[in-house]
Amino acid sequence: MTEAIPGTRVRLQVNGQPHELDLDNRTTLLDALREHLGLTGAKKGCDHGQCGACTVLADGRRINACLVFAVAAQDVEIQTIEGMSYDGTPHPMQQAFLDRDAFQCGYCTPGQICSAVGMLEEFDQGWPSAVTAGEQPTALEADEVRERMSGNLCRCGAYMNIVPAILDVAVSSARGLTPPGPPAPRSAAPQKPPAGGAAPGSRAVTS
Amino acid sequence: MSVTHIGAVGSDLGRIEGPAKVTGEARYAAEQDHLHDVAYVWPVQSRIAKGTVRWIDDDPIRALPQVLAVLTPDNAPRLQPPDDGELAVLQSRTVSYRGQFVAAVVAQTLETAREAAGQLQVDYDSESHDVQLTADHSQLYRPGEPDAGFVSDTDEGDVDAALETAAFSVDHTYETPAQHNNPMEPHATLAVWDGDELTLYDSNQGAYSVQQSLAKLFGLDPAAVHVLNEHVGGGFGSKGTARPNAVLAAMAARVVQRPVKLALHRHHMFAVVGYRTPTIQRIRLGADADGRLSAIAHDVVEQTSTVLEFVEQTAVATRLLYAAPNRRTTHRIARLDVPTPRWMRAPGECPGMYALESAMDELAIECGLDPIEVRIRNEPHCDPETGKPWSSRSLVECLHRGADLFGWAERDPRPATRTEGSWQVGTGVAASTYPAYAAASSATARADADGTYRVRITASDIGTGARTALTQIAAGALHVPTDLVRVDIGDSAFGQATIAGGSMGTASWGWAVTKACVELREEVERRGDIPGDGIEVRAETSAEIKARTGYTFQGFGAQFAEARVNVDTGEVRVPRLLGMFGVGRIINPRTARSQLIGGMTMGLSMALHEEGVLDPAFGDYVNHDLAEYHVATCADVTDIRAQWLDEQDQHVNPMGSKGIGEIGIVGTAAAVANAVHHASGVRIRDLPIRLDKLLGRLPTRIG
Ligand code: FES
Ligand code: FES
Repeated sequence: MTEAIPGTRVRLQVNGQPHELDLDNRTTLLDALREHLGLTGAKKGCDHGQCGACTVLADGRRINACLVFAVAAQDVEIQTIEGMSYDGTPHPMQQAFLDRDAFQCGYCTPGQICSAVGMLEEFDQGWPSAVTAGEQPTALEADEVRERMSGNLCRCGAYMNIVPAILDVAVSSARGLTPPGPPAPRSAAPQKPPAGGAAPGSRAVTS
Repeated sequence: MSVTHIGAVGSDLGRIEGPAKVTGEARYAAEQDHLHDVAYVWPVQSRIAKGTVRWIDDDPIRALPQVLAVLTPDNAPRLQPPDDGELAVLQSRTVSYRGQFVAAVVAQTLETAREAAGQLQVDYDSESHDVQLTADHSQLYRPGEPDAGFVSDTDEGDVDAALETAAFSVDHTYETPAQHNNPMEPHATLAVWDGDELTLYDSNQGAYSVQQSLAKLFGLDPAAVHVLNEHVGGGFGSKGTARPNAVLAAMAARVVQRPVKLALHRHHMFAVVGYRTPTIQRIRLGADADGRLSAIAHDVVEQTSTVLEFVEQTAVATRLLYAAPNRRTTHRIARLDVPTPRWMRAPGECPGMYALESAMDELAIECGLDPIEVRIRNEPHCDPETGKPWSSRSLVECLHRGADLFGWAERDPRPATRTEGSWQVGTGVAASTYPAYAAASSATARADADGTYRVRITASDIGTGARTALTQIAAGALHVPTDLVRVDIGDSAFGQATIAGGSMGTASWGWAVTKACVELREEVERRGDIPGDGIEVRAETSAEIKARTGYTFQGFGAQFAEARVNVDTGEVRVPRLLGMFGVGRIINPRTARSQLIGGMTMGLSMALHEEGVLDPAFGDYVNHDLAEYHVATCADVTDIRAQWLDEQDQHVNPMGSKGIGEIGIVGTAAAVANAVHHASGVRIRDLPIRLDKLLGRLPTRIG
């Protein structure tokens, strides 16, 4: 790093592994993952918060990694698609995507899967969506899934298979009672719905 | 021509690369492991639509820390003149459209490359530009040859006279806007030079074709250029040929003498990778008292750039869909100061069939006939244009079977008669069609002593399931289970093969794979065993492709839509789409269904959302990102179904299969527009069907 470029030594916790990187302050979390850690599972579709291809989990919450600077992601546990499978066994959401052929080119897929896992957590926490009738959702119906997953674009048009894949996981993990899957997410999920629509600044301790 | 199979073809095999895709292990073009020595190039786009670059103030940028090079039209490596002017990257100071690459910055980091490119001062001598397509544009001309080898005009009989005496007629103009492919993976290239040998990890639909183009541009023997595209994040036509990203990355890597990565930003893609031309289409239909067509005329106006004459074959489906003694089609084109339009999923058929199938709906209403009936009455017994027999044609059966499944029989034909609260509800139908092409390809098949088989072919899997389908085809031809066969694709080193385009990938590659595998199986049988060093057979299909005459090879289908129009807001929802297709033998029902539904989803997106909005003042597409260029999201898709007939075709190719990558998008928008008309009584003749086009034309609600 040349002196003229302001940089920072950044500590990232990704999929349970600590990393220290000297990064340009302009480096996004997405580019830190893809260009510096070789974790290319999180995809770049727009670099602009408009497609969801870069979705990863930060303390169990889904975020667009392209909209977060790496220096600002130091206190959270990041989970990417590479950290979803456990001991060589695919996460139930990954398996459901395979079973339902819920992708074609696969480029949106890691983002869809991370988003779906985070979305089920949000649902369990009682977060409402634009189609929720009351203050809190009761049952995870297809229209709730469609609404909550609409930040993840799929140009191949796999939505017809993505929604049943997510519902498979929701049903098999008895939605509303337990979070899905083996240890993902690795850290505590958000505790409360956000007040006034703003995301809570969750900084949970890693397990 | 057909070969024996033992169950592999037609089975529900899961995608071979599926596990790699859901775990993030699959590496796309920009994701190869060159973490430590790779440099990044960021293009600078023209801010004018026409003129010349007067001056580029590159010295201050070159002096910035981490900047390795600034490429300009003055210092960029010289290339051999390409057939496609879009690939003459930085070869002249001429600016032909806004957004064209005029310079590029190479830096050690992505962040610096991007910021430095943004700081580069470029001055222009600008000229007034002409970017707006109109039906009466003064520069319209008759083009030489539209895409895919069609003629621009056809004329048979006397259309005007027939229209004058027709019992019923329709004369309307339909418009489609510019549409942008927007595969989720932006075009990307990692270029690595080793002396005079170039390796490109490139996101494209055909590694062989990119290899040939790049070799020519850089004056190299094709063998010195190696193109890999193991995984490709969609293309929809926009990656069908080498794009400027491949050229710029290769150039930059040569200049800075290290690997260079270029992943286009979504913004870049609206200018430099192609898009679907806007179209203005006049359709005239004349019919007798029974609804039988006496005349069909389809006159198309579209645009191209000053860089390359690309002519979309918009009216070609009209030449063969229906019988009529008097038929005419024309294409007129204007060369504007715009980016070059290129292929986008079903170029030609897709916008053309929106117009024709909307007009057929209007004709049905004129004649007082059911829209299915009017189509059936005009079914041609052979290809009306060439007189050739169909290798197979199942449009009528698709209409009948689709109607049964959709519940068409209960439909009240009168428009705007069904309401549910504030929603008006209606249904519509349209035909789909797409050619069943095939192109010469080569493949290698190898049997090893351990009883496994390996097939190599320069195919591309852009999400189609090609790798999986070819594995099934190979196993079927070898008479072995699929798990003994490994198919390697995505590498130009495997030799000539056609692109993943024109819905001909599986047919063309499958043909070569079949040929190689049948020859290999026969060789193994003849020898009785497999020697220690294995047996390898190479096959190539140009003779077979040449001999493929005597029929018109074409897939058909019928699409049914339910539309709901909100009388208060004009909002349109499409709760149901059903497609019934006659597309020959289905190699893999699992991936085929996904592909057909994917096409229909894109068709729904076209019907309701997609529109590149041109800014006449600056001359570019202003809504050049995914927030403003809307594509269908998960919430738009409620129930899209694709089914197919058990269509047997002995003539089309050894697999009996027809391409399915594009037919799914053909007809969807017309089915939706026809359903919107049936729901609301409002006919939308310009896509997309937005609420502002409906508001003010809907009934006022009483009570
Ligand atoms: S890449 Fe982050 S939302 Fe598109
Ligand atoms: S699978 Fe290709 S974009 Fe979703």
